[in-house]
Amino acid sequence: MSDGTADLAMEARDITKVFPGTTALQNVEFRIYRGKINVLVGENGAGKSTLMKIIAGIEQPTAGSLHMYKENGEVEEVSFSSTREAAKKGIGIVHQELNLFSDLDVAENIFMNKELKKYGSVHIDHHAQAERAREVLKRLGQDINPSTLVRDLRLGQQQIVEIAKTMIDEPKILIMDEPTSSLSVQEVRVLFKVIQELKQQGVAIVYISHRLEEVKEIGDYITILRDAKLIDCCRVAGIEMSEIIQKMVGRDPKKFFSGQAHDTGKELLRVEGMTLPRFGGGFTLENVSFTVREGEILGIYGLMGAGRTELLESMMGICDKAEGKVWLEKERLDKLDTKQRIQKGLVLIPEERQREGLFLNLSVGKNLSMASIIRYVKGFHIIKRLEDNLVSEMVEEMAIKVASPHISINALSGGNQQKVVIGKGLLTKPKVLLMDEPTRGIDVGAKSDVFEIMSNLARDKFGVVFVSSELEEIFSMSDRILVLSKGNITGEFDRSEATEEKIRKASEIGHGITVKA
Amino acid sequence: MSTEMKRRTDPKFSVGMLILKLRTLIALFAVLLVFSFIAPNFLSMANIIAMLKHSAIWAIIAIGMTFVIVGGGIDLSVGSIAGLCGMLAGGLIVEGLRLPVFGIVVYFHTPMIILLVLLIGVLLGAVSGLFVTKLGVAPFIATLGMMYMARGLAMLRSGGKTFPNLIGKAELGNTGFPFLGAGTILGIPLLVWLAIILAVITAYVMKKTPSGRHVYAVGGNEDAAVLSGIRVNRVKTATYMFSGFTAALVGLILASQLVASHPATGDTFELTAIAAVVLGGTSLSGGRGTISGSIVGALILGVLNDGLVMVGVSSFWQTTIKGMVVVLAVIIDQYQLKKQNEAALKGQTKSDSLSDAVA
Repeated sequence: MSDGTADLAMEARDITKVFPGTTALQNVEFRIYRGKINVLVGENGAGKSTLMKIIAGIEQPTAGSLHMYKENGEVEEVSFSSTREAAKKGIGIVHQELNLFSDLDVAENIFMNKELKKYGSVHIDHHAQAERAREVLKRLGQDINPSTLVRDLRLGQQQIVEIAKTMIDEPKILIMDEPTSSLSVQEVRVLFKVIQELKQQGVAIVYISHRLEEVKEIGDYITILRDAKLIDCCRVAGIEMSEIIQKMVGRDPKKFFSGQAHDTGKELLRVEGMTLPRFGGGFTLENVSFTVREGEILGIYGLMGAGRTELLESMMGICDKAEGKVWLEKERLDKLDTKQRIQKGLVLIPEERQREGLFLNLSVGKNLSMASIIRYVKGFHIIKRLEDNLVSEMVEEMAIKVASPHISINALSGGNQQKVVIGKGLLTKPKVLLMDEPTRGIDVGAKSDVFEIMSNLARDKFGVVFVSSELEEIFSMSDRILVLSKGNITGEFDRSEATEEKIRKASEIGHGITVKA
Repeated sequence: MSTEMKRRTDPKFSVGMLILKLRTLIALFAVLLVFSFIAPNFLSMANIIAMLKHSAIWAIIAIGMTFVIVGGGIDLSVGSIAGLCGMLAGGLIVEGLRLPVFGIVVYFHTPMIILLVLLIGVLLGAVSGLFVTKLGVAPFIATLGMMYMARGLAMLRSGGKTFPNLIGKAELGNTGFPFLGAGTILGIPLLVWLAIILAVITAYVMKKTPSGRHVYAVGGNEDAAVLSGIRVNRVKTATYMFSGFTAALVGLILASQLVASHPATGDTFELTAIAAVVLGGTSLSGGRGTISGSIVGALILGVLNDGLVMVGVSSFWQTTIKGMVVVLAVIIDQYQLKKQNEAALKGQTKSDSLSDAVA
């Protein structure tokens, strides 16, 4: 395949974007090739989001220009003052954070502001919308009923709806920002199939992802940004993974963390017969039992709907209908409420840090200390000095990049925010940490930091239970691996005997997977 | 992180930001200044004390309302609870507690009456809290319902009539009620002292105690609060109970001032309380706000009210102006938040690049 300009769909030249107090992009070039998957990688803060927002019409560059190439080779310079304008030129964007209306149904969400009408322009044709929605969803390999309310869909399904929204417009350039962050392995395969189909039709895909294995698998061209500058752009086939990481981060990837084996001690946590009935029949969790030892990292793997998050939430006492015994160091926890369980030494780092883990209107320091305030209290009174000391210690321990703990938590990047949530949990002096997707949506550098934190915890004789949908992560960090499928434990493997194949097979038991990749 | 780096990366001190932060106080001074020119005898001792007395009433309910709103809820029933509690106090003084089962009438001592009525205010707040936490009713609806229920009960207590002449009879031992609303200590009305003491205690609780921090957490992000081990239902109910307490206190004070209880007392008080709280910088969505802000807000409303009366402005204009002031306050508040966010981002990005350079 030639690299001539005939294959270019769009080009961003010399783009600079300055915000008050910070330069987000500096003289960046970005080429999007038609009918190819153009990958964009970089750590958080490198400028990927800003570049994408400029191309999609959400932001305007301070300097530089955008050029679109028509099929016949003609070039025209374009500028967009809104997403509608960019959409008219055939540019669609699928955001990482969902922008759905949870109280409306799937079809209404897909056709929001693009409603299909009949009898002139006033009456919405719900029937036609439902039909077309069904079509698009089928194309994405999902059998979601278009009249389901979005709030009743699981996160993975919601992400599919988000993608369907853009597909309706049949874009020529499709930007996908971390599209697989909530998808199971199966759904990722389906998505890749769809992406390949779009490639055949000549659509140019811009793919942003932190999952470098995916990038290597489907990417054609890769552009690497670091600190607002373009570092390199080339064909994916011609670059090694370690080189990609090194260019993204500017450090030697060998210094990155990967799992080590630990010595494990006595039994710390025991769960017996955890059962959670599902609304409308069946079980979200069925008779789940397992143990965790001192110094052990237990990895829990499973597909969407397996019940992983619900298992952790039931252990914390959040699910009223859950039944089952939980022991922490021989003490029964299941009769206690969440506050008491935290006091006994069990704490949860939740899946969605912004929605469940942080107080966005408070400072970093107040977020860190919120779950453990009682430690800084004498009489009725919070001792500011004590709180500040412990908070600063935690900031250092977690390597949270922040100028001062008084800064609003809003200002931090995803990776640093995640560290705050973990720090908040650690300040409660737990014995066992439950972590739900602790590395979701954070960059390579921060991920490595989180793994290091987990390993140090194990070394210091804590128990760690972590849920992840990234097989490699589970594989490299866990001392023992538990596989959940449809609410049942379908596999338990020791580090020494586990293979990716065995784990994957166990996660599919009971599913009768019908979708052919 | 070394201390030198901390100093270098602290957000720059800006006069503009300071003005925005102190805007409520500046607004208060502005209002005082304007009226001191256009209204005769505005800054006389008598007038200042009168304004303090009016503002103190708003301040007390605003304090209770601040807790509820910061905790993510709202309380529309405070005015009605004030009215009901005034009626209950008046009734106990004038008619006593009739116990037909035993064929007697009980007359309580004044302190006892005050205590009982305050307790009832707390209980009514607890009921609202119950509706919100255990029965899942939205705070707006739960307290709206309580508003009507309490108002209805207040009317029922006397069949719509006023309880006049609440001086009490010496032989019944229930004298002394008027002291609450009209008494002075060291020349300053008791009512104002009460407001000051309440303000100091609650400000301390909100800033320095875990309970106070928890209210901010519950209002800021309920899910995260649960996962941080906070007993959300308890916190919420406590805020409604305290709000009920302040409403009862105000009801007693008003009945004492008038030396009569009237069932329509307290009508629309909740709206003024909300206005004071919002003026003071509290966000209606919860998780943000201060007691001192609400006090200044109450002062502004009190001064504005009295000032406009002294200048002879129609009371209809007063209502209009009150509305405009509240909306303006929220607009400025949003603006200040935006600027604050930008400043924080600036400071953060500077620190990011500095620590990268060092790393």
